[in-house]
Amino acid sequence: MQAFHPKTLDEALAAAADGATPLAGGTDLMVEVNFGKRRPEMVVGLRRIAELREWERSRIGSGVTWRRVERDGPRAYAQAARTVGSPQIRNAATIGGNLGTASPAGDGHPFLAAVDASIEIASTSGRRLVPWYEFFTGPKQNALQPGELITAVVLPERLPERHEFGKVGVRNAMVISTVCCVVTRDTEGSTTVALGSVGPTPIRVPAAEEMISAEPSPSDSALGEFARLVSEGVRPITDHRSTEEYRRHAAGVLARRLLERCLA
Amino acid sequence: MTTPTRTRPTVTSGIGDSPLRPDGVPKLKGEFQYAQDLWSEGMLWGATTRSPHARARIVSIDIGPALATGGVHAVLTADDVPGPGMFGLEHPDQPVLASDEINYWGEPVAIVAAEDPDTARRAAAAVVVEYEALPPLTDPEEADRADSVFRRLQIRSGDQEVTGEVVVEGYYEVGTQDQAPLGTEAGLAVPDGSGGVDLYATSQFVHADQSQVVEALGLRPEQVRSHPTGVGGAFGAREDVNLHIHLVMLALHTGQPVKMVYQRSESFTGHVHRHPARMWYRHHATRDGKLVRVEAKILLDGGAYASTTSAVLANACYFAVGPYRVDSVLVEGIGVKTNNPPCGAMRGFGAVQSNFGYESQMDRLAAELGMDPLELRRRNALATGDRNPTTQQVIQTPLPVAECIDSLAAIPLPDGDDPILPGGSGLTTDRSHIVRGVGYSVGIKNLGFSEGSDDYAEARVRLTDEGAVVETAAIEVGQGLVTVLAQMARTALGISKAIVRHVDTSRIGSAGSTSASRQTQISGGAVMEASRRLRERILAHHGGDELDDLGVHRAGELIAPMSELIREGWEETYTFRHPPTTPPDDDGHGDIHADFAIAAHRAVVDVDPELGLVRVVRVDTAQDVGRVLNPVSVQGQIEGGIMQGVGLAVMEELVIQDGVIRNPNFTDYLLPTILDAPDVEMLLIEQGSWWGPFGAKGVGEPPTISSTAAVAAAIRNAIGRDLNRVPVRPEDIAL
Ligand SMILES: Cc1cc2nc3c(=O)[nH]c(=O)nc-3n(C[C@H](O)[C@H](O)[C@H](O)COP(=O)(O)OP(=O)(O)OC[C@H]3O[C@@H](n4cnc5c(N)ncnc54)[C@H](O)[C@@H]3O)c2cc1C
Repeated sequence: MQAFHPKTLDEALAAAADGATPLAGGTDLMVEVNFGKRRPEMVVGLRRIAELREWERSRIGSGVTWRRVERDGPRAYAQAARTVGSPQIRNAATIGGNLGTASPAGDGHPFLAAVDASIEIASTSGRRLVPWYEFFTGPKQNALQPGELITAVVLPERLPERHEFGKVGVRNAMVISTVCCVVTRDTEGSTTVALGSVGPTPIRVPAAEEMISAEPSPSDSALGEFARLVSEGVRPITDHRSTEEYRRHAAGVLARRLLERCLA
Repeated sequence: MTTPTRTRPTVTSGIGDSPLRPDGVPKLKGEFQYAQDLWSEGMLWGATTRSPHARARIVSIDIGPALATGGVHAVLTADDVPGPGMFGLEHPDQPVLASDEINYWGEPVAIVAAEDPDTARRAAAAVVVEYEALPPLTDPEEADRADSVFRRLQIRSGDQEVTGEVVVEGYYEVGTQDQAPLGTEAGLAVPDGSGGVDLYATSQFVHADQSQVVEALGLRPEQVRSHPTGVGGAFGAREDVNLHIHLVMLALHTGQPVKMVYQRSESFTGHVHRHPARMWYRHHATRDGKLVRVEAKILLDGGAYASTTSAVLANACYFAVGPYRVDSVLVEGIGVKTNNPPCGAMRGFGAVQSNFGYESQMDRLAAELGMDPLELRRRNALATGDRNPTTQQVIQTPLPVAECIDSLAAIPLPDGDDPILPGGSGLTTDRSHIVRGVGYSVGIKNLGFSEGSDDYAEARVRLTDEGAVVETAAIEVGQGLVTVLAQMARTALGISKAIVRHVDTSRIGSAGSTSASRQTQISGGAVMEASRRLRERILAHHGGDELDDLGVHRAGELIAPMSELIREGWEETYTFRHPPTTPPDDDGHGDIHADFAIAAHRAVVDVDPELGLVRVVRVDTAQDVGRVLNPVSVQGQIEGGIMQGVGLAVMEELVIQDGVIRNPNFTDYLLPTILDAPDVEMLLIEQGSWWGPFGAKGVGEPPTISSTAAVAAAIRNAIGRDLNRVPVRPEDIAL
């Protein structure tokens, strides 16, 4: 295995164009290598590229670690960051790597979906901005083309006033999401809800959003209806971690609780 | 005559102290040599080709592509196994390498030695095996009907016709727990150049490893020396051999040292697991809560090979009633053989499974009677001098069941909120979502080997310029044996300078297994007795009346300094045996066990019923420990054992479908983290074993026996619903 450690993005893009596999924190990639699932011939390390670690207001470089998001990120993004692995993992793992893997259980994704973020992608031939819903194309699949690198996550200039993250897992820390969720609500009542681990990609539930956005101060029954619509709107599966039925149930309960926190 | 006035040295770091463990600082600094760290000049790396099927016929094996890989020195299959090629802790029923049939997922088919670990793994993957997949037998009840069993055991005591005024019935399940030791299987085999091998590998019992290697490969006993080495946790997983025979084969074949380290996922198939259990119970009692009759059927799935299933089953059955008096008992036990992964020893050894059954029943009975659950247990508490209701053996050791219950009840319940909520860092739960529950469980476990097996340990104590050196093959797995054996030697000899040195199987007799909560009692017994005898011989030889760090004294005067004793080369070897036990008769009766220990647990949980999430707030305990030899070690065993019990209660389970383990990794086999750890308050009941050295009882297993059932009971108490299965999953609570 060959490894490059460029200091500039241009060198990294050139290596990527030659077919090198990007390596950021390595917390996903090295697991795959250790399990014998991947054997990259060429690797390009991204950690020395200062540009990728830049964070300017709503543009967050792909090389920013979860540790930094935990400390400096917007509330729900920081809450999500706090649940990624352990402190050791968060010190190494990056938001770009989370998107590169595009796991259905990636804890960073619901926030991006809930606030309608875009992913900035670059190659030797230029840059493009891809909205989150075009970026995630399936379980562990994304819109990256060969030779492309994720350079940044771009959030909207103004975030909704309230946003809350929650994650259901079978352990109190260091656990893969059974369901994770972000709910946002702005002062006008406009509400979004995005969930992970309950579909092939992070998903929004428009029916639930429309219904609750029309309620300036939702009653108990409106909140119940919101939970029901979320449960109905998700597409979970049964696997060795949980059941479809439980995930559906938990999605509704969690979304309602997060909404209640936004309203509080 | 004037006697010199000076203060005689008193023994320091003897029993009752908590001296710093000799391996503690090296472990903290990362300098301790675990089996993973073994190294030898010019060594090769081994890897294993394993079956992807739970049951299959091997049609053909082509090692050509693997052998052709650059850097590969050997690829061996069943055809290359010299000797009978079978092993097993109790019966040699397991092939060293599968030859024509596959009986479980992950069964070894070929082994490889290569110049580096990566090449070895790739070569192992390049072995071409053609399988004809067959439908696996994975349902234990079907195996029972098909009479595919390792052991059936029936226990019948008292009048079989009697019934109670109140009858409660229940069905219970325990999922498959794994020992999940943080150090995986690892070892190094070094050929000695004259046909023999020195084996250094993770183990709990080097003499059993040595004899299984010798027998499986048809070697002479003196050809194989098995050395104790650094073990990073065991919990039962290191009792059976796994890579040992493979390493010796590869080393003998290549003439070079060979090292093997299982990766995490391979470790989950490379060792046995705790038996999953299905249990049917019926308890009869009088209206005032006196047990009249207990009926139980206990079905354990032993998986594909025997390992220790028959002994685990026996334990589950002998303790099927728990520490309670009852005259009429019927227990039917079945240990079945299936195509699931083999199961064997794990901390608690069968007593964990039945504890969940009988304690769930005791709560059910208490509810039916409208009685306090602790009061029901107290009314039926077994005591010294009683007959164990299953085996009918008269209990000679102090058995403080009532004392444990009363002490536990006296620990104040927490009144405040717990800082950690269910869901932990996931922020799922607000305080308004939780309900609190409290649950109890009391457990009993035998100590040492049972059913007539000759349970002994040899130890040697020598006086050298390093002080008293204790030589033993008893394995340190992290529990602190190296500390406590030295403490016992110090106290029994009267000398403060003592260390423990591990020696290989050619240089000392067996210490037996580091399991069954036995080493402090049995190897400890050997060390204490060897030390006591050595002291008496030395005193007699010199006509002295006192021995200490300075030497032998007579009437307060030093008559033989330590340097002289060292020159004289004193040593004493002793083989300790506990009181003999007997095999069971046709009704399961006999003097089956040598000693017993009791623990009682009270769990306090906060449950989020809507999401089914649990935070175990506290697990308090009162434990019958015989005599505390090392307070810090006892505390460590109790806290760690409770954590393992909490794990089984709420998260630790191997998910096995059609014989395949779906979660053989730490991503999905969840162990409790510090955010899942309860606070523990413990009260230690010291009444002294009837034979253990200094009154010691084993303390390693009891914390794990009943903590699981206590947590399950607390969750039931919180949500007011029945839960008949551990681990309790979120969906079991929420849906
Ligand atoms: C013990 C452990 C616990 C974990 N817990 C969680 C958890 O709770 N929640 C969670 O969401 N994840 C978790 N993860 C997964 C992982 O840590 C995250 O997905 C993390 O964000 C990956 O970032 P990384 O920098 O380590 O990525 P890497 O492993 O370096 O890369 C991951 C993938 O993305 C590609 N890649 C990396 N950077 C770029 C880039 N700039 N452009 C294009 N492609 C790129 C790589 O080629 C690779 O395919 C855990 C992992 C471990 C080992």
